[in-house]
Amino acid sequence: MDIKVLGPGCAKCKETEKVVREAVAAAGVDANVEKITDFQQMMQYGVMSTPAVVVDGEVKVVGKVPSKDDVLAWIKK
Amino acid sequence: MSAECSCACSAAPTLIFACSGGADVGALSDLAARKLTRDGKGKMFCLAGIGGRVSGILKSTEAACKVLAIDGCPLDCAKKTLEQAGFKEFRHMRLSDHGFEKGKTEVSEASVAAAAAKAGSLL
Repeated sequence: MDIKVLGPGCAKCKETEKVVREAVAAAGVDANVEKITDFQQMMQYGVMSTPAVVVDGEVKVVGKVPSKDDVLAWIKK
Repeated sequence: MSAECSCACSAAPTLIFACSGGADVGALSDLAARKLTRDGKGKMFCLAGIGGRVSGILKSTEAACKVLAIDGCPLDCAKKTLEQAGFKEFRHMRLSDHGFEKGKTEVSEASVAAAAAKAGSLL
């Protein structure tokens, strides 16, 4: 599983990365979590505000910090 | 639309969708949206991404502070495209209701400015 956290590095973006990593650890799934800070890369997903989370190419949330339960729902198959 | 209209790192944007249709008023909607973007009133966004259910476009629109749809004529393609994707709360302007008659509208710098002024008043 490929997970990208999009955000330039503000508090909300850091919190989002933390929540995502915690959820991945809790779920025990094999996932590569990558932080994207480059705006041009973010634009490729059609994302207009941050933070945002992309799971296997699908944008799951934009503009807010997801809950751990949100992330668990996205990554549990 | 987003209940929270700001984020510490990147503010929720005002998004503008134009029908960008084939008629003169469709072209006018497109150019007016681009002018509003240049003037800093909002950001023109891709209506085709809504129709195509592109996840980043949909989620960004959900997170927007304000959304404006500009249609050229009463077919209301932009409005209907947004509605069919589940968006209910957005502002809507139909250029043909404001003196821009389909098939008889000159697309010029002046008409683009006039259409942008009308649409911009909704933001």
